[in-house]
Order: sequence, then C-alpha cells, then structure tokens
Amino acid sequence: MLYREAGQFKTSYAADMAVFPITQDRVGLAIILFIAAVIIPYFGSSFLIQAVMIPFLIFSLAAIGLNLLTGYTGLLSLGTGAFMGVGAYACYKLTTYFPGVNIIVWIVVSGFFSAAVGVVFGLPSLRIKGFYLAVATLAAQFFLSWCFIRQPWFYNYNASGAIEVPSRTLFGIPVTGATASDTTRYFVVLGIVVAMTWLASNLVHGRIGRMWMAVRDMDLAAELIGIQLLPTKLLAFAISSFYCGVAGALLVFMWYGSAEPAVFDVNLSFFILFMVIIGGLGSLTGSFFGAALIFILPIVLRYIPPEFGIPIQSATVDHIQYMVIGALIVLFLIAEPNGLARLWQIGKQKLRVWPFPY
Amino acid sequence: MDILYKVFIDPFMQMGAAPDLLFQTLWDGLVAGVLYSLIALGFVLIFKASGVFNFAQGIMVVFAALTLVGLHEHGIPAYVALAITIVVMFALAVAVEKLVLRPLVNQPDIILFMATFGLTYFLIGFGELVFGGDPKVMIADQLGLPRGAIDIKVAGGFVSLQKIDIAATVIASLMVATLAIFFQKTRIGRALRAVADSHKAALSVGISLEQIWVIVWFAAGLVALATGIMWGARSEVSFALEVIALKALPVLILGGFTSIPGAIVGGVIIGVGEKVGEFYWGPLLGSGIETWLAYVIALVFLLFRPQGLFGEKIIERI
Repeated sequence: MLYREAGQFKTSYAADMAVFPITQDRVGLAIILFIAAVIIPYFGSSFLIQAVMIPFLIFSLAAIGLNLLTGYTGLLSLGTGAFMGVGAYACYKLTTYFPGVNIIVWIVVSGFFSAAVGVVFGLPSLRIKGFYLAVATLAAQFFLSWCFIRQPWFYNYNASGAIEVPSRTLFGIPVTGATASDTTRYFVVLGIVVAMTWLASNLVHGRIGRMWMAVRDMDLAAELIGIQLLPTKLLAFAISSFYCGVAGALLVFMWYGSAEPAVFDVNLSFFILFMVIIGGLGSLTGSFFGAALIFILPIVLRYIPPEFGIPIQSATVDHIQYMVIGALIVLFLIAEPNGLARLWQIGKQKLRVWPFPY
Repeated sequence: MDILYKVFIDPFMQMGAAPDLLFQTLWDGLVAGVLYSLIALGFVLIFKASGVFNFAQGIMVVFAALTLVGLHEHGIPAYVALAITIVVMFALAVAVEKLVLRPLVNQPDIILFMATFGLTYFLIGFGELVFGGDPKVMIADQLGLPRGAIDIKVAGGFVSLQKIDIAATVIASLMVATLAIFFQKTRIGRALRAVADSHKAALSVGISLEQIWVIVWFAAGLVALATGIMWGARSEVSFALEVIALKALPVLILGGFTSIPGAIVGGVIIGVGEKVGEFYWGPLLGSGIETWLAYVIALVFLLFRPQGLFGEKIIERI
C-alpha cells in the first residue's frame, strides 16, 4: 500500500540507476538515520547506547569490510580479527607517539596500516583459491596474534600486556578514555560508520565494485576481458583491511577501553564471518542485518528467560545460548542460503505487488 | 653476521652436539604430527565424499571423547561406554545428514561450510550442557591403553618414548590402512569414490547419496573418537582440544584436501617442522612460534603447489 513505485517516473539515466530508486526507500533511510542520530542518543538508555548500539555499529563496519572481500570479490578470509587488531594497535601506538593529534584522525589513519598489512597477506591470493586461501589467511591471523602477545613493543612494554586507551579530547570534549560520555562516543562511531558505509556503497556501485564482482564470478573470465587480477584482488584486500582496521580501532577506543591480545583472536574472525554469511554475501545492508542478528541475539537470549520467570543458572544459559545460535545458523541457512538481505529483498518485492502474488 | 650465525649455524651446531635431544624432538614432532593427521583424515573423508569442508571435525573429537568419559563417570564399564559412544556417533551422523546436509543439498560450498559452523556451536553447547565444561581425565587405563615410558639409548643419551604415543602411532597406522582397504576393495568404498568423483554420475548409476553421506560422517566420527581417546590420554579432555582442529588445517592444505596419504604425510611434516622449529629457532624470536609456524610452512608449500602435495590438479575452464 505505502510501498509502491507507481507514479514515480524516471526522467534521466542517473535517476534510474540510483542506489535508492524509490522515494519510499529514501524516506525510510532518512527515518532510520533520524532514529539513529536523534532518537537513540536522546531517549535511549545508557545500556542501549553503550552495550548494544556502539558495538553493533562497530561490528557492522567490520562486517562491511569482510563483505567487500568475501562477498564482493569472492576471497574467503579468516584473518579479519588480526586485521582489526592491527588497526587497534596502530592507533594505540600513534596516539602514544603523537598525543596532540586529533584521535579521530588516528583512528582513520590506523586503517591505512591495516590496509598495508592486508596487502602483504593478500599476495598469495593470486595463486591460492577457495578454502586454501582461507587457511592461508589463518597464517596472518595466528602470526599477528602472536606478535601482539610476544612483541612487547606493540603494547609499550607495560606489565599487563594489554593496551589501555588514554583520554583524548576533541574541542575540549573527552572522546576516549574513562571520562568520555556514552553519547559522545556513540556520535563518533555513528559518524564514522555512516560515512564509511556511504563510501563503500559508492565503491561497490562503481567501476571498482564491478571489477570485484567480475573477479568473484569467475576470475579467469575477468582476466580475459581485461581486468588485471593482481591489482584488483590486492585492492580488495587493502580496502577490506582498511575497514576492518578502523573497526578494530573503534572497538578498542570507543567500546572496550582497554584490550588484551586475546580480543583479536581467531574467534573474532569467525564471528565477523558469521555476520557476513548470515547477513548475506555481497550486500551492504546484509552486513548490518548479520551484525544485528549475531550480536544482538545473544543479548536478547540472555534477558528473555528471566522475563518469563524461568529460573536458569547463568552457565546453563551460556550453553543453551550456544545451542540456539548453532541451530539458528543452520535454520537460517536452510530457510534462505543467500542471507537475511535476500529475505529483506523478497519482503520488499512482496510489498510492492501486494495484494497480488506477482 | 651475528644474526645470520644464530639463524643458520647455531641451531645445527646444537643438533650435532646433542643428537639425543634432536631425536627426542623429532619423536615428539612425529607423534604430534600423527595426531594432526588423524584430525585431517576426518576432514578429508568428508570433503572427498560430499565436498563439505567440515569445520565441526574438531568439536566432534571433543564430543566423542566427552561422551566416552562422561558415560564412564556414570558407572558404565569402559568397553560398554565405548560401544555406546560409537552408537552416539552414528546417531550424530544420521542427524547431520537428515537435518543439515539434505536440506542444503546443491548449495554453494561456503554455505555448507557455514552450516558446519552452526553444528560446531550446537555441539559445544550440547556437550557442555550434558557433560559439564570442566576438563576430564581420559579413561586410558580402563580401555587397556599402556602407560609409562620406554627409554632407548641413542648416541650417548636417552630418548624417552611414551608408550601411549607408540600406541597412538600404531592405532593411527592401522586406521589409515583399514580406511585405505575399505576405500579400494569394498563395494561401499567404490561407491564412496564414485560420489567423490561426481554426485550426478553416482546418482545416475543408483548410488544413494544419503546413505553414503551417513557412512562418511560415521567414519569421520569414528576417526574423531580415536583421535579424542589418543589426545585425551596425552593431556585431558576439555573444550580446549577444539583448537587442535585449527592445527589440522595447515596439514590439510599441505597434503591436499582430497588425499588420504596427503593427510598423513602433511601431518608428519607439520608436526616435525613445528617442534623442531620451536625448539631450535623459537628462542630467537621469543618462543611460542609454534602457533603460526605450521601455517607459514603450509603457505610456503602452497605458493609452489596451490593444490597441496597430493591434491588433485586444479584445472580451470571458462
């Protein structure tokens, strides 16, 4: 009823090719942004902002990063956690060496370090494909994790072996560290995530995105039509790692406040991969859906049983949570192997033609 | 110069100076390699027959071992518990085929890979719920596994061989031999190879895919049980064992995803390379290089042979 494109005539090619061709989509996006930027920070509880929204946005960003690599370019990577770690540690080192520089600048710059590391570990991708490449990226994961644990230079030789986020201010307002308010940090994260999502959307709809998708669909054929494989694949690794690096820096500086090397272990890589696959390979919206499902679902599962007055020990909740998540992953894959993004698309299509089936 | 000496000369000097220590390291590496091979074998079996990259193999090892120990804790005699565990692994194979594989037939590889992740999570939760998350002691004695060590005189020193390690090596060899004969000589083995070659062709000559998948997952479950017993007897049965599944991955890519001999040879190369590297070169880098050395060894091999040592040659067509 409301979601109809009837009467919306496209008069130019640009309008026809727009990312959101239907007015309702644009209105919907504006409403979502309004809720995210105004309603949540002013009316949301501290718990909602600090424990749900900030990590959700950060994980979405990391999922977008991995999606650019795995979903759009077809290169399976299990090194996401390590690339996020590179971002976090780079940001930490930079801000200890140059404390005067704006922390947001360093968060973004640390992405470039991550990108450089990503390119190095992406080099084998020209020769190695499929699951073999996934295992090759595990080399990056384990090597970098080992560096964070065993090389004291990374954590400034402090005794705990963990990195502590120092207090940094922006125009006199504390942004990181213990004194920063939830709302400030939320706005920083939201700003960066929205800007980078917009950037990613433009990337994948442009020439570079098309090159990536050609490589994904069949790299040999892509090479034959004149796409240089090595630069394209390395670019995918670089940009993907850039996104992961920024997400990693945000994770430590805006959410955890301090981090041990164990944060960036292989489980984080799997966690992000879950989000990408459940959300939908090759879909930016899907990255948000996936992050929401994988990250928010456990929180909901934790709070539902007490609401119904079911007394369960917290250890048992943990176990049941694992079982439920495992079962849900399988169920979702059976119901819609192309991920939540596809379900969303189907839903929209149904709305468009409602009440007719097609 | 100093660093070159430390990297290229000093470790070999150490090896020459204390050959018994070298043999001990090699033996430790060999045993670790055999156990990696066993896990890799479980992967290869399933990958060959169904093209599924079964991430859950590691948790199947833990689950099998936990079931065995957990049943024994409830007062069931060791051998009866072993038999029940085998039945449980069969039930798991049937359940996986019915509930996970069959609905997902014809989906891309990555989706099936993801589904085994779901299975992993489910089994972790289920195992902890039923048997508790605490580490348990493997019932090695009750199962008649030997314990203690044999000392062998080598080059003016001793090499200490744990009896359980010898048993592990023997059992692993027997298992591989059995599987090889099973694959080559029996009717079901031939059907398995046919399925591995082409699902469609196998279906068209009347081979039941469902049946084959159950058999393969059951075989992988048995391999997991053997691995769990061996590994559990060396340390203890806990969910920390799950990480050894990740150790099996470099073995797998080194040997090739589709080759049983590859899994064995790859396992030994990785096991020995890892232990020798850690022992002689580890101190240079600040120790703990065991965690990533295996992957780097595998990566170097892969750069020269992208399909692994024994994998089928990758042919690409447009």
